[in-house]
Amino acid sequence: MAEKRFALLQGNEACVEGAIAAGMRFFSGYPITPSTEIAENSALRLPQVGGKFIQMEDELGGMAAAIGASVAGVKAMTATSGPGFSLKQENIGYASAAEIPCVIVNVQRSGPSTGLPTSPSQADVMQARWGTHGDHPIIAISPSGVQETYDLTVRAFNLAEKYRTPVILLMDEIVGHLREGVELRPAEEMEIINREVWDDPERARHPYRMDEGQLVPKMTPFGEGVGYNITGLSHDGEGFPTNSNEVTNAAMRRMLDKIEKNLGDIVTYEELMLDDAEVAVISFGGAARSVMGALDKAREMGIKAGMFRPITIWPFPEKQVRELAEKVRHIIVAELNDGQLTLEVERVVGGRCPVSHLGKIDGTVLKPDEILEKLKEVSK
Amino acid sequence: MSSRKELRLAGSGGQGVVLASVILAEAAFMAKKAVAQSQSYGPEARGGMCKAEVVVDDRIIHYTKVEHADFLLALTQESLDKYILDVAPDAVIMIDSSLTVPKAAEGHRVISVPILKTAAEAVGRAMTANIVAVAAINSALNIAPDEVLEQAVLAHIPKGTEELNMKALAEGRKLVK
Amino acid sequence: MASRLIDEYFRQSKLPHIWCPGCGHGILMRDVAQAIDNLGLDKHKVVIVSGIGCSSRAAGYMDFDTIHTTHGRAIAFATGIKLAKPELNVIVITGDGDAAAIGGNHLIHACRRNIDLTVVVFNNNIYGMTGGQYSPTTPTGDFGTTAPYGNIDLSFDLPALAQAAGATYTGRGTAFHVPQTVKLIENGIKNKGLSLIDCVSVCPTYYGRKNKKGSAVDMMKWQRDNAVDAKKAASMSEEELKGKLVIGEMYHREKPEYTAEYQKLIEKVGGAK
Repeated sequence: MAEKRFALLQGNEACVEGAIAAGMRFFSGYPITPSTEIAENSALRLPQVGGKFIQMEDELGGMAAAIGASVAGVKAMTATSGPGFSLKQENIGYASAAEIPCVIVNVQRSGPSTGLPTSPSQADVMQARWGTHGDHPIIAISPSGVQETYDLTVRAFNLAEKYRTPVILLMDEIVGHLREGVELRPAEEMEIINREVWDDPERARHPYRMDEGQLVPKMTPFGEGVGYNITGLSHDGEGFPTNSNEVTNAAMRRMLDKIEKNLGDIVTYEELMLDDAEVAVISFGGAARSVMGALDKAREMGIKAGMFRPITIWPFPEKQVRELAEKVRHIIVAELNDGQLTLEVERVVGGRCPVSHLGKIDGTVLKPDEILEKLKEVSK
Repeated sequence: MSSRKELRLAGSGGQGVVLASVILAEAAFMAKKAVAQSQSYGPEARGGMCKAEVVVDDRIIHYTKVEHADFLLALTQESLDKYILDVAPDAVIMIDSSLTVPKAAEGHRVISVPILKTAAEAVGRAMTANIVAVAAINSALNIAPDEVLEQAVLAHIPKGTEELNMKALAEGRKLVK
Repeated sequence: MASRLIDEYFRQSKLPHIWCPGCGHGILMRDVAQAIDNLGLDKHKVVIVSGIGCSSRAAGYMDFDTIHTTHGRAIAFATGIKLAKPELNVIVITGDGDAAAIGGNHLIHACRRNIDLTVVVFNNNIYGMTGGQYSPTTPTGDFGTTAPYGNIDLSFDLPALAQAAGATYTGRGTAFHVPQTVKLIENGIKNKGLSLIDCVSVCPTYYGRKNKKGSAVDMMKWQRDNAVDAKKAASMSEEELKGKLVIGEMYHREKPEYTAEYQKLIEKVGGAK
């Protein structure tokens, strides 16, 4: 599969190929529909490139082992869906707090609970942001097609390594099980970011102390002779537990700021037909493909509609959406849930223009005609 | 007007409908067309209604699912009765000849062919029905040249079954002139 | 000897430890360091992984690459570290609640895989960090803050559990039996596979007080006076073993080790570069 440059692949398969191109050499997970093909393809492909796959005993272990591998210096990923994403949350928080780079793929399926396991949904938007307890930095990015799944998986690893953070690749069943043509660009033709490592072992013993001008503190893998500590407790620059409120505050601020102060680098989005648009549809992931189908028809009917598609879901493209709200008469948020992203859009828009929600909670996709109806309704 | 063609293949789980759609998508992809393939299924590995979709276009595909099928393949009565209801006005319907043509099919071009029987008798293996169907569909729709379709089939079947599947392709081709 | 051991293997700036006066964990932590020293391991290739609880604070005091993880997940983190870098000696320091309750699933599956980890359980028969709740190794009838009328649960025999699940080296030591416990940990580290050493600690603050076991010294004396070596125990009746603590090596055999098997798999599919 990988020797070909062009291939017809499922989103889930493209994810694995992208991960391997990005340098993933460790996958630990637990089978769950509709993400299972990611585990299956990792099991097939990783040993071929000298990497390791392990099917863990549960989702919690899948997340924990991936963090462990990353601590040992190997780029690691896990993948899950639905209930599995809930089970991974505690250790996602650990990776966030201990600043361990890793990638978590969530191929969203219909919930809550076991829900409709084979049906699409996008109802983990808020869980991707706030699923683990406590204030924490997180990045979530969402692909709308198979090519973008390949590219964004590479980007997920790059962001994880650059910002020392877990990155959630927020897929959905639509894209995970969609087959499309994809160009498997080799690593040499892409930007591949690897974490920065201290040369001086003495300095490396302070894996959470940042020097002037650094984006994040460097981190040296275990086994390189440093002898440092990692903990999920509130910790000082050396990585040792602290009860100091001042140290905790500074550490929290630094962690949150590494994302908040670098939005220009982290936030990406797509704008489609927005130049003259009176109505903007905000949509992401697989649902955005329905919107694209609707826009083709709307334009034929003379409705000036366009789409704003956040590729980075978290941090949310606040500035861009606020500017959009100044330009258009109405914003529709089309998503496969009961209004999760809508809440965020409403908050950001702050009354600058009306915001409508168009969603699905029955395990089906939004049909272009349904979006078209909504466009007609708000264009009256 | 549009070069977009929406194909829906429906049947019972285990009939190989999803694989048939993947092979058709692969053939279209090899023939340098834009393609989007997807499926929906329930929890059963065997039995239960199964639907697979292929969208083929000369241009980039936006919406990846079928809205109103330009082509419907139905291998079971249940799937035929269900999916006939939302096909496009000028849709082509291909059904196994064991099925009864429903009233809703009136006005459509219906190609009734013995896919299941051909697989079981002429090819000699009932499980090749999906490959017979793939050949029949390609003959009806001209998605890809025959040799490209053969490559697409070879890319998706287990080693050791090449001869059997090539025979299924040949028999399937004969069903639609 | 002790001071050289501390110089070499402990982060002196992090000491004294937070454990209560009389707690057995300090002795057990020293046993781990002594075993590493006796084996002459390259300290740069030793990783200590711990979970959450009293036991798991040990990681922070020991001068290796150390990671204090989440409750119950130490073995799963360790599995990732070991599989990613099999050349590392990965030692898990965990507690009875951490390993056998919330982390029980990881424990049995790590045993099943026979992955080369050494799991050292600081077993104090109680949840100490949260203030004395009964654990999976609290004896039936004993008291805890969540067993105010006496514990009706039956308890785990950790080496037997690990053995049944597939571990290739198991044994039990105590806080009192230092040389024996050090030897068990050494053997556990040497074993190419999953080793579990159940190290019975003493918790005078919670378990001892709740169950009228007397002072820390009394509890250590109890360990001294009631321990029976596994070899001797084999010829004793159930009646004779009542109230006794069986210690020593319990099980040792060879089986294929997980990371080695995975390396073979990589070579088989041509992924070795």
